[in-house]
Parts: sequence; structure tokens; C-alpha cells
Amino acid sequence: MAYARDLAEVRLLIASRKRWDYVFALLGLGALMVAVLTLTALFVDLAIDGIPRLSLDFLTSFPSRRPERAGILSAWVGTSLVMLVTAFFAVPLGVGAGLYLEEYAPKNWVTDVIEINITNLAGVPSIVYGLLALGLFVYQFGLGESILAAGLTLALLVLPVVIVATREAVRAIPQGIREGAYALGGTQWQVCRDHIIPYSLPGILTGVIIAMARAIGETAPVITIGALTFIAFLPPSPVGPEFPWLSFDWLWSPFTVMPIQMFNWTSRPEAAFHANAAAAGFILIVMTLAMNGLAIWLRYRLRKKIRW
Amino acid sequence: MSVAVPGEIRAAPPSGAMSARLAYRRSRVLREKAIESVLFLAALVCVFTTLGIVFVLVSESVEFFRQVSLWDFLTDTQWTPLFADAHFGIMVLLSGTFTSSAVALAIAIPLGTIIAIYLSEFAPFRVREVAKPFLEMLEAVPTIAFGYFALLFVTPLLQRLYPQLPGFNLLSAGIVMGIMIICYVASVAEDAMRAVPMSLREGSYAMGATRFQTATRVVVPAAFSGIAAAYILGVSRAVGETMIVAVAAGMQPNLTFNPLEPAATITAYIVQVALGDLPHGSIGYQTIFAAGLTLFAFTLVCNIAGHMLRRSFREAY
Repeated sequence: MAYARDLAEVRLLIASRKRWDYVFALLGLGALMVAVLTLTALFVDLAIDGIPRLSLDFLTSFPSRRPERAGILSAWVGTSLVMLVTAFFAVPLGVGAGLYLEEYAPKNWVTDVIEINITNLAGVPSIVYGLLALGLFVYQFGLGESILAAGLTLALLVLPVVIVATREAVRAIPQGIREGAYALGGTQWQVCRDHIIPYSLPGILTGVIIAMARAIGETAPVITIGALTFIAFLPPSPVGPEFPWLSFDWLWSPFTVMPIQMFNWTSRPEAAFHANAAAAGFILIVMTLAMNGLAIWLRYRLRKKIRW
Repeated sequence: MSVAVPGEIRAAPPSGAMSARLAYRRSRVLREKAIESVLFLAALVCVFTTLGIVFVLVSESVEFFRQVSLWDFLTDTQWTPLFADAHFGIMVLLSGTFTSSAVALAIAIPLGTIIAIYLSEFAPFRVREVAKPFLEMLEAVPTIAFGYFALLFVTPLLQRLYPQLPGFNLLSAGIVMGIMIICYVASVAEDAMRAVPMSLREGSYAMGATRFQTATRVVVPAAFSGIAAAYILGVSRAVGETMIVAVAAGMQPNLTFNPLEPAATITAYIVQVALGDLPHGSIGYQTIFAAGLTLFAFTLVCNIAGHMLRRSFREAY
């Protein structure tokens, strides 16, 4: 009799403890939903406000004082050129640094210093990079408020992302592959060039895409170096009709980028400009989300396909 | 992947002439050294970036502190660097930064912790596979888009609940910023919890504990230093966030701890000055470096503390 009562009590106790499991699982789902709903609301808000403004004219017009005639031509051209410079510097530097740290670096204090720097730089607020660029690139090096200065700034900003991705990809390659290559008499660089780099390429690519998506959306450092908010001309064309057909004058040109254009329109009081901001923001967010989606998909496939 | 036959081996004379072989070997060693040095220089760029940041911030701030005493900088209660009657009290900007970060953390820390516990201890595999990329996406959204969202979606929403709320306020900026850093706090905290050895959980379950008891009494205490690192890194994110506050909190310096008011943060002030056209070398130009140095010093301390906590946690298991 007493035994049966105890059993009932214990069952009650278990049930009440188990209830907490369900409550917490629901709470966790709810918290996740807050994040998911915010992202959805942000996307839908930009889409509702911005899509009516999207047209070919919007892409091929310069900014204007009249909101209905303003467009993002100079902004997207500026963004593309700045990204070109950023990728040109960030990819070789980041891959080189990652390769050095994984394959070459001896275990000593120099390596420790480099590693500590990378972890710290990843946490430095982006606006501080803007101040670095303002003091160093714009004034000390005399690059001015140019595409080159902006590209270099963003390259430094995303460098830790590329380095970390490279290191993770290189570290995932089994030691046996290196040993096999060395056993055949390969030098360290031959092993890197013919084995390490090709096998880690998909992982590196994932990191580069994420880094570029981050650079496209960065506003604060580019504002700090003094990018203008109202640009009604395009940088000189990189390809010309005369010999040597390539010109690098565009590197020194003043510019604006998509997020700055969006910031400028957002901070105006007129609602018509807000629609323009939403349209620019919609393009920007679709681009960054698409790039990140691509990177996540690449990583997912990678994890499934590779069997060393 | 075809195995590349190194061309240099074919180029070496088959006769075994020692000098030619030695010359070949030397050139090979030299080339290897050269490549290693180039890669080393690439790795050094990070060190030079840090040195560059410290050099620029300190050298411009030294100029600034020649004209403004450190005491005034820390204790003055007004921030009017561009007025005729100039005051340089960083407290004013710090109060805005502090208030918006506090609002952000009040959202990010509880929700981030709950999400981390849920994903690490409760969520079925499928949910985790879908949720983690989604959180990464949230982190990837350009902050200017969050700024737009805070100013033109969240603020009007809050004004319906509380009509006296001004168009620019720290509350909506802080809320949006908090949601933005949820994913960051959650992913670092989840990493810490997943690093807790399975045997601890198995021991707890064997004693008859439920999932909730195991999570809160075994996993969370075991992962505590890792979770603390997630919070500290979240603080550093919130303090350094720029565009959301610059757009949604207004750029008026205002010594307040009331989130319902507009106020400028350190970062928003830097943006405001950069948007204007201040001559290089003027006191107004130097203020942004002094403000930036304050910001950099604070985030540096947070980052170092966070990484040390994380590392000590990794060593424990």
C-alpha cells in the first residue's frame, strides 16, 4: 500500500520535472523565432518599401535631389570597383598568411604574436579601421579619399576572415597526404602548390565569399575615410580605346558605395527618399544573403562529399 | 587530381655531375626560402595593422591631449567640440554608448543563452541544421539595413505603444542591435556547451536527471567560462556597433541613461564628424581619434578577456 503511494508520488515528481523540459524546449523555439521573425520582418519591410522603386532607371541613374529620379548607378559601380581592390589584396594576403601559419610557422613567440593579433583584429570595431585608414592611407600615404584607400581599408578589415577560413581548410587535410608528397621528394612549396592549396580551395572559397559579403555591407569605415554621399559621375573607365587599353586612374577617383548611398537616403526626412533607401537596401541585402547562402551551401556540400 | 611531376627533377643532369646538382639544389633551397619569406610577410600584415591602429590613434590623441587635459576629458559633463565654447567630456558619449549597449545586452544575453542551451542540449538534429545557417544569415545582414529597420520599422512600432517616444531614441537602436548580436552570443556559447564532454551528461542522466536539470546544473556550470566569454565578446560588439546607432539614435550628444531619449554614442560621433568636412589637424579632427582610442582600448580589454576565458575553458577539457 505504502509502496504504491510512493510510486504514484515518484511518477508525479517525474512528470512535473519533465514538464520543465517541454517548457524550456518551447522557450528555446520561441527565442529562435524572435531571431527568425526579425530577419523576416526586416526583409519584408525592405521589400514592401523598396520593390516599387526598383526599375532599370533606378540602376542607371545618378543620385538626384528629386527622389523619383534618383538612382544608384554611381553606388553600385563604386561598390564593384572597391570590391575588386579589396579582393585583390585580401585574398592573396589572407591565403598566404593562413598557409604560413599552418604549414610553415615554427612554434615560437613570433608566431604567437601573429596569432594573438589575428584574434584581436577580428574583434576590433570596424569604425576603428576607418580611423586607421583616415590617418594612414588618406593622409600619411596621400592616397586621398579614393577607391584605392577604401579597398585597402576593407581588405584589412576582412583579412582575419580569410585567414581563419584558410587555416581551417588547410588543417582539415590529413597528414598522410603531406607525408606522401614529401616521401616522393617534394619541397615544402611543391607540396603546398600541388596538394594543400588545391585540396583546400573550396574551403578557402567559402571564406572569401563570406569576407566579400561582409565588405559589401560595411558602411562605417568607408564613411570615416571620407567617401562622399553625393556623386553624380563615374570613375574613369578601366579599359580605354587607346594603347595600353588598361588604365588605373579609377583607383584615385572619388566614389560612393551602396551602403553609404542607403545611409544618405535613410537620414533624410522625406519619405520618398526612404523608399529609395529601401530599394538600395533590398538589393544590398539580397546580394549579401545570396553570397552567404552560397557559402553555406558550398560548405555543406564539402562536408558531405569529401572522404579523405 | 593528377600528381604533378616536378619539372626540376627532369632538368637535373642524369650523368650525376656533382656541381650541377649542387647548383640545382641551392637554387631550389633559395626559392623555398624566398617563398617562405613572402608568406611570412603576408602573415606579418596583421601585426602591422595593429601597430598602425595604435600608432594612428595614439599620435593623433597626443595632439588632442596637448590642448585638452585628461582630467577635463574624463570629468566634463558637456561634449561640444565644434562650438565656440568647446567642451570635451567623453562621459557624454560614453553614457549613450553605455545605454544603447545595456539595452542590446538585456536582449542578447538572455535570448542568446536560451538559444545556445536549446541548440546544444534540446534541439533535434534537423532543427539545428536549419537554425544555425539562419543565425549566420542574421549576422551577415549589413548593419545599415538594421539601422533602416530600427528607424523606420521598430521606432514607429514602439511609438504606437508609447506615443511620447521621440523619432530618434536609444531604445529602438538598442533592441535591434541586441537582436543582431543574439546570433553571435548564441554561437560562441553553444560552441562552449558542445565542448563539454559527453561523459558529464551521461553521468547526470544516469542519476535520473531530466534534460533541463542536466542542462542547467551540469552543462551550463561546466561551460561557464566559455559562456562568460560569449557575453564579453557580445559587449565588445555592442559597444563598437556604429551604423544602427548613427541612424536610429540621433547624433545629438546627450548625457543620459534613459533609453527613451536620443543620444550620440562614441561611434555615432565619429560618423557625424567624418560626414562633415573638418580640416586635417584641427581639434575637431583630433577628437575623433581620442574618441576612437577610448573605444579601441575598451574593446581590446573585452576581446583579450574573452579570448583568455575561452582559451582557459578549452584547456580545461
